[in-house]
Amino acid sequence: MIDPNARPPAPPEQLAVSWRDAPGIWGFLTTVDHKRIAARYIFTVVALMFLAGMLALDMRLQLAAPDMERMTPQLYNESFSLHGSTMLFLVSVPVMEAMGIWLVPLMLGQRALAFPRLAAFSYWLYLGGVMMLWVPHALGVTPDLGWFEYPPLSGPAYSPGHRADIWAQMITFTEVAALAASVNVVATVLKMRPPGMTLARIPIFVWAMFIASLMTIFALPAVMLVTSMLIADRMVSTQFFAAAAGGDPVLFQHLFWWFGHPEVYIIFVPAAGFVSAIVEVFSRRTLFGHVAVVLSMLAIAALAFGLWVHHMFAVGLPRLGNDFYTAASMAVALPAGVQIFCWIGTLFTGRPRFDTPLLWVVAFIVTFVIGGLSGVMAASAPLDQQLTDTYFIVAHFHYVLIGGAMFPLFGAFAYWYPKATGRMMSEFWGKLSFWLIVGGFNLGFFPMHILGLEGMPRRIYTYSEGMGWGPLNMVATIGSAIAVAGGLLFVANAFWSFYRGKLAGSDPWGGSTLEWAVPSPPPQHNFDHMPVVDSLTPLWTQKDGLAVMTGLAVDRREVLVTSVVEAEPEYRQKSPKPSIAPFFAAIAVTILFVGSIYTPWALVWGSVPVGIALTVWFWPQRERAHTGPLRVRSR
Amino acid sequence: MDGAGAMNRCLLALLPMLTLGGCGGFQSPIAPAGEQASSINSLFWLTIAVCGFMYLLVLGALGLSLWRAWRRRGETAEPSINPADHGLSRTLVFWCGLILIGLTTLIVGSFLVDRTIAQARARDALEVRVTGHQWWWRIQYRDPATGGWIETANELHLPLGRTTRVSLGSADVIHSFWVPNIAQKLDLIPGRINLLDLTPTRAGWFRGQCAEFCGAQHAHMAFDVKVDTPQEFDGWLAAQARPASAPADPAASRGLAVVTGGQCAMCHAIRGTSAVGKAGPDLTHFGSRRSIAAGTLTMSRGAIQGWIAQPQALKPGTMMPPVALSPADSDAASRYLMGLR
Repeated sequence: MIDPNARPPAPPEQLAVSWRDAPGIWGFLTTVDHKRIAARYIFTVVALMFLAGMLALDMRLQLAAPDMERMTPQLYNESFSLHGSTMLFLVSVPVMEAMGIWLVPLMLGQRALAFPRLAAFSYWLYLGGVMMLWVPHALGVTPDLGWFEYPPLSGPAYSPGHRADIWAQMITFTEVAALAASVNVVATVLKMRPPGMTLARIPIFVWAMFIASLMTIFALPAVMLVTSMLIADRMVSTQFFAAAAGGDPVLFQHLFWWFGHPEVYIIFVPAAGFVSAIVEVFSRRTLFGHVAVVLSMLAIAALAFGLWVHHMFAVGLPRLGNDFYTAASMAVALPAGVQIFCWIGTLFTGRPRFDTPLLWVVAFIVTFVIGGLSGVMAASAPLDQQLTDTYFIVAHFHYVLIGGAMFPLFGAFAYWYPKATGRMMSEFWGKLSFWLIVGGFNLGFFPMHILGLEGMPRRIYTYSEGMGWGPLNMVATIGSAIAVAGGLLFVANAFWSFYRGKLAGSDPWGGSTLEWAVPSPPPQHNFDHMPVVDSLTPLWTQKDGLAVMTGLAVDRREVLVTSVVEAEPEYRQKSPKPSIAPFFAAIAVTILFVGSIYTPWALVWGSVPVGIALTVWFWPQRERAHTGPLRVRSR
Repeated sequence: MDGAGAMNRCLLALLPMLTLGGCGGFQSPIAPAGEQASSINSLFWLTIAVCGFMYLLVLGALGLSLWRAWRRRGETAEPSINPADHGLSRTLVFWCGLILIGLTTLIVGSFLVDRTIAQARARDALEVRVTGHQWWWRIQYRDPATGGWIETANELHLPLGRTTRVSLGSADVIHSFWVPNIAQKLDLIPGRINLLDLTPTRAGWFRGQCAEFCGAQHAHMAFDVKVDTPQEFDGWLAAQARPASAPADPAASRGLAVVTGGQCAMCHAIRGTSAVGKAGPDLTHFGSRRSIAAGTLTMSRGAIQGWIAQPQALKPGTMMPPVALSPADSDAASRYLMGLR
């Protein structure tokens, strides 16, 4: 098969034509290019981070001193609800999906995702979820019960109106979108790896996205179920959570946290993938303990489903259960500790270069380990019954979510920015924003541990001077403001560098994985030829250029499907062309979801347009798979 | 690198702050004044020791690798593929062993503390019922004489050295009962009764606060806790069992008429008078309490008058409606209520 003297033919012009989007607004609405879709996700997420960050700052100003009256309790409750719901459901999870949608095909040497139209659909539906929450907010109707709305407070008796419905249905939107994105990533990773990329040669970030996507598929149905039950309780009096009618409010908590805890790792595991990728490239050596890190991610994913009860230790569950979940929760420290060791071990034995992405990794380790250890403290049932629902927990989850997921994300952003835009981000402004964010964050959130130990409960809109919480709250506010300034600087740097940044070339960092083999920014079809992989770090082992495979059609959209374990080429699959159907399907689903908070009949009549949109979408018109000759060429 | 060092110094600087902040605290889990809180406090410091040690190891290793990297900067950037890492692999096994020892220590510690707390269940205890309301606490003591219930609100008295068993229930949404100095927190859930044992070991005033978000005024759902000597406690309970004292002077008599004849009696009860409302807190010994409206205001005649006239300004969203009284009636009502000791 392999002819060492053959050279790949010049990239046919035809390929670019086949994968081109229509120009203008039509192209915008119909595109199925994973890079454009991911970019949309990221723009939306950045806008939402700004809005939810402003809410956070508003709350910090309210709490900066005792007895402040600048916010009413209603406004404060709306602010933390909107902040939490946005950050958890509309920022953290979608941004990780976006990074996966953008990176996975590039890291696999592919021209597209397994289901390009599904990716377009998932973004449009996610946008529907964004609007479900923020359009009513603009109109003055905002959920006000936190990011988990426990009944009976969220039930019909205590929350009349549509605030709680809006929250519950926003979750349905984002979770359907997340399921669509996850199925896409899983199918792509399993069936569309380049020849030679056996399971053992999958890049670590692709593993991370694959594991996080599997977790998403198992975890999210629980929350969709529970919010649908809540809506049913509110709309058609099903009484799932009404104690007086034989229901149980604690059922809501079990179902919610059965999703809610894995959710945290759905956010963290991709971040661990970023860290692994950055550590490897910036230490100039293959990652120490690649297998150990992958197994740790799998262990975290498995354990995640067995410890949701640690969110409920104060509910009054049987003591034996508390002990079991204490042990299960603490067990996560082992795989997490293994990962930390492997990253530090790689740095120790490598020759690190201190560019901004690596700085973020260092800040991640320093900050995330604090959050991990405060998590170990909160895992202990008796200790948690003192710590839960206090500012200690507020500090803990900001340390794990910001330190553990956002710092790696910022690092990843700086790392892959040149690939996405063709330009480098400014190192000076990057380092300045790094110090502002990391310093401001730690100054702002470390004191919250102490506030919790001084008895300050979370979700209070004010406190009296006599409680003595004033000074540390002032410090927390100052720190948060510094971090927000740093965040704004980070975004400004990204915009400025887009126009003025130094040109990057295809591989500015000396990367190890396939995405660095294509031009920056990548052309729409990504790779002229399907690469063939012989190691975990193909760009480091094939120094004279990648071996490639030819035989895929250039006059139409075609991708290569390979076997699950060994990635042997199986057949050529036609990849769908741009289509407006996902956009209309998302609009139809949006109408159904929005209508169903007003009347149960929306589920009936709303399904008609959804059915029409899906029929158009799936109208059989594709050619069957091709099995023509495939040839592997080297270089 | 310097990030790690700065963080480390920051942590060391903050630790004394934590002990200083905690020791005087009247709403702090690390200034224990009860058996339960004290066991958990020991566990807390054990956990801090174990976690602190692990954190210093991580920082040390990170610092060391960054220092090495800094010294070797400028060397060849050619990537090394799968270098031999035997030393590292052995260290990883050692590191896992260390984590397992730490975790086992903490899991066993948690288990033992949980069991210690559970032991109080076997003791004979004073029976108290606490019911959560939006946004106040109904508190009922079992009357040792009659076996009935003596009702009060927003102020819990506990006898020193004896276990009090609080049965926690809710009248509306989920709340959480938390007196951190004495014991851990436990939720009040509609349709369930949770039992919490409190065994105070230090006399004095403490504060409890709702810890589960319960709506608009979650922030103002606190209560005072007084740990009395057993003699003081018996006297206090006997006083609480008695009906309201008669007004002491003509102004207070007018106050009685205002309170029982107007809106107040529709929601509040004052035993021994015609006021028998059950929706709001019992006011029979209102004047003996330390604060008003679940910890919102300090008890004083002025505060009572302000609360009656403008509850929505002081605690927006409270179920207490504003009551318009003439200045003289307001003054009389506050004198009467202050006199309910």
